[in-house]
Formats: sequence, structure tokens, C-alpha cells
Amino acid sequence: MVKMAIDGREVEVEPGVTVLQACQSLGIEIPHFCYHERLSIAGNCRMCLVEMEKSPKPIASCAMQVADGMVIHTNSEMAVKARRGVMEFLLINHPLDCPICDQGGECDLQDQAMVFGAGRSRYVEHKRAVKDKDMGPLVKTFMTRCIHCTRCIRFATEIAGVEELGAVGRGEDMEVTTYLEQSLRSELSGNVIDLCPVGALTSKPYAFIARPWELSKTESIDVMDAVGSNIRIDTRGSEVMRILPLLNEDINEEWISDKTRFACDGLRCQRLDRPYARRDGRLEPATWAAAFAAVAGRVKGLDGARIAAIAGDLADAEAMVALKDLMAGLGSPNIDCRQDGAKLDATVRAGYLFNTTIAGIEAADACLLIGTNPRWEAPLINARLRKRWLMGGFEVGVIGPKVDLTYRYEYLGAGPETLAEVAGGAHAFAKVLEKAERPMLILGQGALARPDGGAVLGAARRLAEAFGMVRPSGNGASRWNGFNVLHTAAARVGGLDLGLVPDEGGRDVAGILDGAAAGEIEVVYLLGADEIDMDRLGQAFVIYQGHHGDAGAHRADVILPGAAFTEKDATYVNTEGRVQRARLAAFPPGEAREDWKILRALSEALGAKLPYDNLGEVRARLAEVNPGLAAVDRTESAPWGEFGTDGETDPAPFVPPIDNFYMTDSISRSSETMAKCAEAFLGPRREKADG
Amino acid sequence: MLDDRDRIFTNLYGLEDWRLKAARRRGDWDGTGDIIAKGRDWIIQQVKDSGLRGRGGAGFPTGLKWSFMPKESDGRPHYLVINADESEPGTCKDRDIMRHDPHKLIEGSLLAGFAIAAHAGYIYIRGEFHAEAQHLQAAIDEAYGAGLIGKNACGSGWDFELYLHRGAGAYICGEETGLLESLEGKKGMPRLKPPFPATAGLYGCPTTVNNVETLAMAPAILRRGADWFAGLGRPDNTGTKIFCISGHVNHPCNVEEEMGIPLKRLIEKHAGGVRGGWNNLLAVIPGGASVPLIPKSICDTVLMDFDSLAEVKSGLGTAAVIVMDGSTDIIKAVARLSKFFMHESCGQCTPCREGTGWMWRVMERLAAGESEIEEIDMLQEVTTQVEGHCICALGDAAAWPVQGLIRHFRPEMERRILERRKSAEAQAA
Repeated sequence: MVKMAIDGREVEVEPGVTVLQACQSLGIEIPHFCYHERLSIAGNCRMCLVEMEKSPKPIASCAMQVADGMVIHTNSEMAVKARRGVMEFLLINHPLDCPICDQGGECDLQDQAMVFGAGRSRYVEHKRAVKDKDMGPLVKTFMTRCIHCTRCIRFATEIAGVEELGAVGRGEDMEVTTYLEQSLRSELSGNVIDLCPVGALTSKPYAFIARPWELSKTESIDVMDAVGSNIRIDTRGSEVMRILPLLNEDINEEWISDKTRFACDGLRCQRLDRPYARRDGRLEPATWAAAFAAVAGRVKGLDGARIAAIAGDLADAEAMVALKDLMAGLGSPNIDCRQDGAKLDATVRAGYLFNTTIAGIEAADACLLIGTNPRWEAPLINARLRKRWLMGGFEVGVIGPKVDLTYRYEYLGAGPETLAEVAGGAHAFAKVLEKAERPMLILGQGALARPDGGAVLGAARRLAEAFGMVRPSGNGASRWNGFNVLHTAAARVGGLDLGLVPDEGGRDVAGILDGAAAGEIEVVYLLGADEIDMDRLGQAFVIYQGHHGDAGAHRADVILPGAAFTEKDATYVNTEGRVQRARLAAFPPGEAREDWKILRALSEALGAKLPYDNLGEVRARLAEVNPGLAAVDRTESAPWGEFGTDGETDPAPFVPPIDNFYMTDSISRSSETMAKCAEAFLGPRREKADG
Repeated sequence: MLDDRDRIFTNLYGLEDWRLKAARRRGDWDGTGDIIAKGRDWIIQQVKDSGLRGRGGAGFPTGLKWSFMPKESDGRPHYLVINADESEPGTCKDRDIMRHDPHKLIEGSLLAGFAIAAHAGYIYIRGEFHAEAQHLQAAIDEAYGAGLIGKNACGSGWDFELYLHRGAGAYICGEETGLLESLEGKKGMPRLKPPFPATAGLYGCPTTVNNVETLAMAPAILRRGADWFAGLGRPDNTGTKIFCISGHVNHPCNVEEEMGIPLKRLIEKHAGGVRGGWNNLLAVIPGGASVPLIPKSICDTVLMDFDSLAEVKSGLGTAAVIVMDGSTDIIKAVARLSKFFMHESCGQCTPCREGTGWMWRVMERLAAGESEIEEIDMLQEVTTQVEGHCICALGDAAAWPVQGLIRHFRPEMERRILERRKSAEAQAA
């Protein structure tokens, strides 16, 4: 421990911390702009200057490490004068346009100017004006406001791994810009908006929409991917105005992906706000009672084997357990939550989880990516992989799509044959895995959602076992599980935990679609399932319960309007198996209702009444089905077991599950912002795909 | 006055050839291998005893700087970086060394490189110095050819590679860490200190950055002994120094003189005196654009060395003596310097980026008298808000000339404001 004095207090602090951190730990606030704990230290704003005895000049506390015998004064005349001076300099060329600035009310410069600034300016010369830059559809620029803290540059370079932001020019002509003034091409670009301490970089979709003090803030969980980023939903009335990240060191640190942040405008469009029933081939508005009656008319008396249910990618655990119970009540064995057809085995939990955990990536020393593009499937896991890679001593091998992951990797091959080579030790990368103390692999849905997915899963399990990736026994450092499945759907792990897979004799998604096409399945219940091939549902009577008028709703015979993730208190399990609760931030539109309530009401109309009447009872039922679902906000190591099959694999290359990062579910497909992103960032490619 | 015997830069004026043969005739590369054979500690001790202080402007004791380098390598290579980015307005000493006597620098680099256990040296030369870079490169090639540097340099058993790197024309790249950034291929923005280059410099390795003149003096010191060098000048301000005298003198020149020579003697003896006689002198900037000017009253008696000039709140800097006679618009002159610093600020840290522009704008108005008297006080305060608050010394350098002006010429500034006000009133009436 280092002994030092801060403002007359004798303190002991950890060696290696900076003076600013030491002050913060004592509750002394040092104003700063350029310093950010997750970025490298720039020391350029000079706002954090404090007095250090024996130093003739004030020191930048963000950059100075503590040392024994250091005597720091944070409020001496020298420190206060330095601070006031820097604040004055920051303000001379900063426009005083707070009333029309979107950062107003949550601006570091505004706040600190109130505390440390002088009441009036002595600067009478002309102010600087800087041309705005086009950074694409997400980040709006107002570069005259820039205070050159370079946080955005450091974020892009260090965290996002795209060296596209930089500063050109010198002295007071220095300007922050993207390379050749192109859009900022990163899935994490929106985070520069949060990082910008002033209103130079603001949210383009949110421009001039609301003021922070008008918004109610709800802490919740994101469902755009299976990471389960912690978010804050800002609402005004019933409208979600914006989504911001919340700090969670174990999951998203303090970043979120652009889809998480900007797809929320999709919550306003294409919404199902009342029940519909098909009459004479046309979907027409109906009352809840009429919709239920229409369902009952088809379902009552039908053999359970002729009924099937598919849970979609955004379904919450409460709705899924209600669906499972309802299907059981109707005597149907045909239920599946794997609408992409991934050959996941619900019996061994370790076989479908990201066992290493996201934070655990930082302890790994080698990684094999199989059939996955984490940059698009889970941008924050990719950011964590990059963070680990930057620490050094982390070799990455890729089997599957050859894409820019923002870190260097060794490309091993495209499909299962390479996987077999590595597993057999014939491939050079096998040496890397052998040498590694804590090797990990990440198995993507691209490797599992194919007919031979079960065999790939089995091969991956055996590879993990062969290279010592799974060491369930032991304690502390020797305990390790490097087997990871990366999910793309927020609902998936919850569904598997609840056993939303067909029992013996039941049909999985492919079986349901085959059955429907063949007329053996007469009723299909889609709980927000939009990503299946609707054409294959044949003549089946389709009930769609969901919140957006997407593929499922178009095909439906009865539509039951549900709630989006921002509109319900719901449980989601992320890819690590971490149980988290989303909270109601706004009420569902119109007549739409929370999903488990719809199923509960429908069950009564179908004569198979579900035994729960409130959220507490549903959650008790969740815990009854899987006790793990009551353990909120933590991960528990799952016991290892046998999963996957031994069969032959098809040499066809692994195809990534996502070909358009910006549009992966009914919410992002309805989002205008996401459409603009897809056009701006994937433009030429999309044209080809749309053919 | 410096005896010809004690002169280090014997070809400062290019009267003789600069190539290896002529340099050897002048005594360069004489027994360099023997000096190296005396060992690292002996060399550093000699340089310490000589009292040599860095000739790049800050005057940091050179031997001490070398001794900061790790004694044993921790696996990282050591580097010597030679700062030849001479850009301080008024200064042209390194230029003449490289142009007319490049072997002094190369030999000094080898000795310094050996002393700090560096196998590689990088000369970062100002981009505008085209001919100088050519001479230097030719001299480096000659030295390689003669086995003076490279593998087993001078038969000493020490390997020393020397590279020449041309800058692209930025004043800030003469700041040692800005130079390192630029040398690494990045924008020339000074680094935060600590860590100092001796701990983590070029590519994160222990590095010593020395000025051209400093290194070029090292061979003579090691050959002739620390006592000889220390016997010149005054205590703590020893040895000789190249003074660059420019401005309103009859014969602007570079001259090597003993440290501590009175300014008046320096100008009258070597530069042919002030234009129109000593009494026509207005002020002198004694050490390049970044030190405060001193008025004639101080010039009458001041000695030209680090400590004497610091006593009169100026500095020796690079010893670029800029002489201004009575015809000078002193406010306008300082305003021009302010413009220079604004233009050369790297833009990284706030006080310098914003403050240099502010100072220049106010200075321009003051030069025209278009301001209020209170603004002089405000300007003074702005300079203190910049000074000492930045990552590097450019902020200080921008503040000091203005402070010097206000310190010594405030009456002139006020007079101009009042005169302007009077003429405006007269016009209105």
C-alpha cells in the first residue's frame, strides 16, 4: 500500500492507481473530461490538475501514479486557479448554445462550468466555427462544440477496433473527423455519443426529440441479441425515446451495440395493438373475446398431436412457461423454441451455455471460433474478445466465415473438416490449444443450425474434452470450462432451460413444418416466431402472438397482440445462462397485453386453465420447472455431460446465421434507423442479396 | 574572449571541407576507440564533471541525463535520439554544425550511444534542412565506410548504427517526446511525463534525446578533459556555446564563445554592434523566440549564460540573440511571435490550443492600440493560465514572450491605447 496525503488526510491507497482514482476513492471529485476509466490516458484536457507538493507546476491527476509520501491538494489556490483557467479556455471557443443542444441537461461541460466556471466570459474575439462531419445515420455531429478530449478517437481505436476516427490539423485548427469523412463503420459506434462529454457527438435519431429531464428512466435488459446487455430505457409517456447502456462489468461493461441502442424506433412502427381474426381470407380487427372464440373453435376437441407451438427469439421465460403448460394441457408434444433448427440438446445445460462467461474470456489464453461471426452475433462479446486480445498472449483461430473481427486471428478453414483436423491434432492450431492453459472455443449457431448440427456439437464437445477445456473439478485457477455456445436469440437459453423442446414422439421445428405442409398438424401457435418459413405452414390454422406485424402476423389466422420487451416485467436468460429481469418501461399499445396473461386468458377459453393469476405465481411456476430461473443476476457453472451425436458431418462450410446485423428480429426490421444503417453500411451487399 | 585554442567548432563557417578527411585533419575521430575503451562510467563521469548542460534550450546537465539510463538492459534495446529539428526562431547553430562539421555530431553520437548502451541512434533532422541532411547522410556513409560506426565501431567492439530521419516541418517535433512520436510514425504530439524517455521513450524503450550541439561537443570534452571544459565560463555554466546573433546588428553571425560573456561584448565584438550604436538598442531576445525579451537597461550588464539570464527572468534558451533597435515596433514583434506559437501548437491540450490563439488575437489588437488598458492585465492573467498547465513546454514558450513584453514595455502598450483613443475621439469630433 502507498501512503500519501490528500487534502490533509493521511491515506493508504493501492499501488499503481492514479491520483485521480485515489481521490475518487476518498469521495473527492476531480473534474475531468478526457479521462475515462476504460480508455487509455490522454491527459490532454488539463481539467484534473491538482497541486502536488514539491512540484512547481500543478499535475494532471489522471495521469500521475500515486507514490509514497505524495502530498496532494485538490482545493489549494494553485489547483483552483488551474481548474478555472482550463474551464475558461474550454469555453472560449465552445458555443453557448445549450438551449438548442441535445446534450443540454446531461452535459459534463455544462455541469462543470456551473461549478468551476466564471459567471461571464472575458473573451471578446471571434469564436471558432468548425464544419460538421457526416458520420453516418447514427452519430450526429456538431463539431464547433468539440473540446478535443479525444475520447471518441480512443474508443474507436481501442475498444471498437476500427481506426477510422482521428484528428486532423494542428493547434486551434485541430478537428476530430472520420477517415476521409466517411461513416463510422462499427457496431459499437453509438457509444461515442455517451462518451462525448459535450454535444459534439449526439444521437441522430434522437436529435431534438426530448430533454433528459422529461424522461422516465427504467433499468432493464436488452433482447436484440443473447448477450443480455443491461440497459436504461428512457420513456416519455408510452413512447420509448432512447436506450442507453447501464454498467454491468460481467456483461456489457458500459457499452451497448448500435442495434440495442437505436432499434427502439422499431417499437413505434408495425405494432399489433388489437386482436385480429381472419374472415373470408382477410385479417380483420376483432375483440379479444372474438379472437379467443376463433381459436377455441379450431382447437377444442382437436387431438393434441395435431397441435404445435413454436416460441420465437424474443419470447420471455414467463410466456414460454405458459405456452409449455398450455400445450401440455392441450395434450400436444409438439413444441420447440429453436426456430432456426439448431441441434441443441436441452438435457445437458453445459452443452448450450457460454460456460466461460463473458467476463471469463479475459482469463482465457486461446480461443477457437467455430461457425460464428461474434462481431455481428454478439458485438459485446466480440469487444471482450478484442479486449483480451489486446492484453496479449491470446491466439485466436477461426473455422467458418472469414470476416474482420477487429483483432488478428488465424484462419483455419471453412467447415467441419477443419474442425475434425484440429480435433485430431493434425492441424497446427491444435498445438496452440494444447499449449494453452485455459483454452476456449465458441460454437456459433452457424455450426449448429444445419442438418448435421448434432454431429458438429458432438465433435466440438469431444474437441473441448480432448484439449482440456473442461475441468469441472478442482478449485480456483484449475477449474475451467472453455466450452461455449454463442446464441443469437435472447429467448433461446430460457426456452432450453424450460424444456421447450419436443419430448419423445413430439415434433421439432422441422417436424412441425413438415407436418403442417402435409396436413398432419392443423393448428400452429407462434409465440413471436417470425423467422421460420411461413410458406411451409400449409393449410394449418396459425395463431400468432406477438408485438409486430412481421412474417408471422401476415400468415396468421388469429393475431393476439402481445408486449415488446420494454413493455413487460419479464425474465430472460442470456447466453451465459444468467437470469435477468426486464422491467416494464411503457405500457403495451392499445389492447395489447403482457404475453403470459394472454396465454392465461386463452387457456381459460380453451378449457385448459393455467393455474396462475399473477406474476408472482408465474415466477413460482418458473422456479418449479427450473429452480435456476429464480437465481437472478448470476451465473452458475453447469455440470458437464454427454451431448451431441457421433454421426457424419457434411463438408459444407459453416454459414453465419446473420447476414444483416441491423435487421435480425421483428423490432429491428421495423426500425427506420436500422433500415438506414443497413443501407449505409451494407448497401451494395444488400442490393445483391435482394437481387 | 574565447581563445582559438579552446574552440570546439573549428569549421563553423565552412571555410574548410566538411568531409571525413578534412574533419580528421581538424582532430575529429582521433582516438575515439581509446575513449570508448575507458568505459561507460568514465565517459559519463567526465561529462558530468565538465558541467556540460544541454544546448537545446532547457540546459539540463547532460551527464546526469545519460546516467538516468538503466545500467543493465532488461531485454529492451536502448536508443539514442539526436534532436536535429532545430526550429526555434532565430536559431541556426545545429544547421551549421551539420552543414560544415557533421563528423563532430557523428562521433559524439557514437560516444553517447556507447555511454548509454545504445546500439542504435536516430537523427531526427528538420525537414527543411535539405542540404544539411545530404551532408549528414554523406558523412554517415563515410563513417560507415571507414569503420567508424556500424559493426565494431572504431575497433572498440561496440556496434552502433546511425540512421537519419527527416521531419516534415513542425516546430513541436523538436519537443523531445513529440519528436519520439513523430519518429514512430505518429502525429507529433508530446507525451505525458512521467514516464520520461529514459524509462520509456522510443517504442517504449529507454531512450536519451540530445541536441546536436550537445553531442557535437562531447568528443572534444572527452579528448581534452572535463577540467578544460569546466575551466571555461562560470560555475554551473561551463564551456563554450554557439551564439546566433540576428536582427538589428551590423553583422549578424553565428559565433562560438565562452559561456557567460557579457551580452554587450558579444554583440559589439562579433556582430559589429547594434545598428546605430548601443544607445539605439531597444531590447534583446537572448535565447530564441520562446524566452522573454530583456530591455536595454538589462542588456547593458547581463552575462550570457543559463543562470544569469534566469536571474533577469529570461533564459539562455538556444542562445539565439535577436537584437531589436529603436525602430522596432516591439508590440507588433511579440504579436508575431504569438502568431507563430499559435500556428505551431499541436492542439492536444486545452490551455495551449485555446490560449495561444487568444493571446495572439489580443496581442494584435494591442499592437494597433485597439483595446482597453485593463486588457493588458487580462492578457497577463491568460499567460499565467497557460504557463505550467500543459503537457509540454510550448505553452510556456508562448506565454513567456508576452509576459516579458508586459513586464518591460507596459508603458508603451498603454501609450498606444491612449493615443489611439485620442485620435479616434479627434476624428469623431
